[in-house]
Amino acid sequence: MEKKDHIISILVHNKPDVLARIAGTLGGKGYNIDSLCVNTTTQNDISKIVMTTSGSQATITRIVNELQKLVDVISADDLTNVESIHREMVLVRLNLTADNQESVKKAIDTNKWKVIVSGDAYVIIEITGDKTQIDFSKARLEPLGITDITRTGLIALKLED
Amino acid sequence: MKLKGTEILLKMLEEEKVDIIFGYPGGAVLDIYDQLYKSDLKHILVRHEQGAVHAADGYARATGKVGVCLVTSGPGATNAVTGIATANMDSIPLVVFTGQVPTGLIGNDAFQECDITGITRPCTKHNFLVRNIEELASTIKEAFHIARSGRPGPVLVDLPKNVMAAQTDYDPANVKFRNHEVVYKPAPKKMANLFEMLKTAKKPLIMTGGGVILGKAADELTHLARKYEIPVTGTLMGLGSFPGSDPLWLGMLGMHGTYYANMAISHCDFLLAIGVRFDDRVTGTIETFAANAKIVHIDIDPSSINKNVTVDLPIVGDTKATLKDLLRFLEEHHYMQDLASRKTWLGEIAEWREKVPLTYCQNGEIIKPQYVIETLHKLTKGNALITTEVGQNQMWTAQFFQFDRPNSFISSGGLGTMGFGLPAAIGVKCAFPDKHVVDIAGDGSIQMNIQELATAAQYNIAVKVVLLNNGYLGMVRQWQEMFYEKRYSFTDMTYAPDFVKLAEAFGVVGFRATKPAEVEAVLKQGLSINKPVLMDFRVSREECVYPMVHPGESISQMTLGSREMIN
Repeated sequence: MEKKDHIISILVHNKPDVLARIAGTLGGKGYNIDSLCVNTTTQNDISKIVMTTSGSQATITRIVNELQKLVDVISADDLTNVESIHREMVLVRLNLTADNQESVKKAIDTNKWKVIVSGDAYVIIEITGDKTQIDFSKARLEPLGITDITRTGLIALKLED
Repeated sequence: MKLKGTEILLKMLEEEKVDIIFGYPGGAVLDIYDQLYKSDLKHILVRHEQGAVHAADGYARATGKVGVCLVTSGPGATNAVTGIATANMDSIPLVVFTGQVPTGLIGNDAFQECDITGITRPCTKHNFLVRNIEELASTIKEAFHIARSGRPGPVLVDLPKNVMAAQTDYDPANVKFRNHEVVYKPAPKKMANLFEMLKTAKKPLIMTGGGVILGKAADELTHLARKYEIPVTGTLMGLGSFPGSDPLWLGMLGMHGTYYANMAISHCDFLLAIGVRFDDRVTGTIETFAANAKIVHIDIDPSSINKNVTVDLPIVGDTKATLKDLLRFLEEHHYMQDLASRKTWLGEIAEWREKVPLTYCQNGEIIKPQYVIETLHKLTKGNALITTEVGQNQMWTAQFFQFDRPNSFISSGGLGTMGFGLPAAIGVKCAFPDKHVVDIAGDGSIQMNIQELATAAQYNIAVKVVLLNNGYLGMVRQWQEMFYEKRYSFTDMTYAPDFVKLAEAFGVVGFRATKPAEVEAVLKQGLSINKPVLMDFRVSREECVYPMVHPGESISQMTLGSREMIN
């Protein structure tokens, strides 16, 4: 069966070990979590977890069913075929040298990247967008010499309920 | 009213109508044990924590109630893990209380500390670490609720020592908890779909599993099968959910299923699978399993459906409620089976049954294990609660002891835990002191929790151990015979204690039979004594369990006693 990336949005009770339960449920059954984002919602005692994983439709259905079985999981939805927006964020540090200084500046202007910290020795750039946009920017950043990079998991929101 | 944690625990057990707990004291639970000392709650002191969990498990399987046990922190808790995993695989409702070091020491590698909630996360339905006294009562209430609701399972509650010593206001009327109750009622459309499929079926078959017993749906199932003349086969966990003496019963299917059950599965055109999870020991190769059939799968757990076998009509529902709906629907729509086609189908099955009946040959001077089981069935008239260990003893019991009632066959199906039968029998006997409770054991398995003979002797819990002693780890030896050219690598258990003397040393009555002619007399004597008894039957050493489907084969491919493969 065709393997596809899937986005699963999970509402959980905000308990100390709820993430361990979710990670354990997937890991123990041999499924990989490709990316993960967790934070509280408008209610402090309820958190939303958005994770991406890949597999056939049958695999994803199993994952969702297994997650829904967990006592602390309120709901688990596969957002892949639901109209939703997706965002990720990356922070990138580029060390500035005599060689790259000009090209970095130019790239920042052309791509309208958001500079958060700008110093003599380095710049830190923040980029948000969906996966394609991030991958596109990353490809342009790489030749400039990325010194350090951190990328969030994907977050997603349904357009309508 | 201000109460200590230990007092709240006992109050809550009373609220949950717990009449017995199985346990083992230790440092972290001293306060709880001190409270038990002042209480009327019945507590059985086992000899190993694994025994406590299996005993609670046996009690739960026989009664349908939640089994409860109490062990200390660290090694007490880790010793309980095998028991918890056993209950988890078979969906048995348990609440396991473990002691824990004081909250201030958690994470410090304190004496007898272990992260038992972390360890048991994958083998419990849910678990809790009670971090403060205010959440104690609600957590206990929620634990019992989770254990028994939906698809049941074991719940562990970890109790730090300081939490149990602390005090708080307690008002039973005020204990709030999260309710996880889900209504498991199938959509009416599903019944119509099922009806359409059943109407056109010429070779219908029912496959019953543990979910029918857990869901207390045996009566509905029996009514359905008998009213519409649908033959029934069952998984190991389903034994007893349909009367074993009924002509429509085909026996167990799967790796050691009957020839006719496996043939019926392979030839049926409609399979109604109820409360099963299509374990690999049941299905053989998935591709050929019930290949000609439209499959309807009723289960309370959505994650069980389409997990191993892809089905044509999934129905998520409580087995009892769903079968009731189905019976009503069939009645309202005046379903009548086509008598002629049913007769042909039942005739076909009868031919298979005649061609390869479930049989063995008791001749000569050596006791056949199957003969012991059949004789036990005859002497008890089937009216006994049977536990087993795991391996050949378990399969022969499944094959040769006819189970007519639910909750009467108690065995570790999913995990296959050796050492389960004796402590489980103790739990069963505590629930049903007036019934025959027999552990059918092998000489390997019995040695895994033999220390529980002391428990049985101390409280005079009159369980009977029927030991099928072949001096081998018999099932492993059978595989070595068949697939490893008889290289019996570390399966010879000839070096063993004298089980009769051992029983006597524990204060248990011991008997031995070495000849077929002695079997009946020994069983009669053993059953008649109102004390725990161990009966050592020296059985045929290299007897194999047949039929056998080789791993990775289709279940229609069976090796029979005389070794020929039959298609």
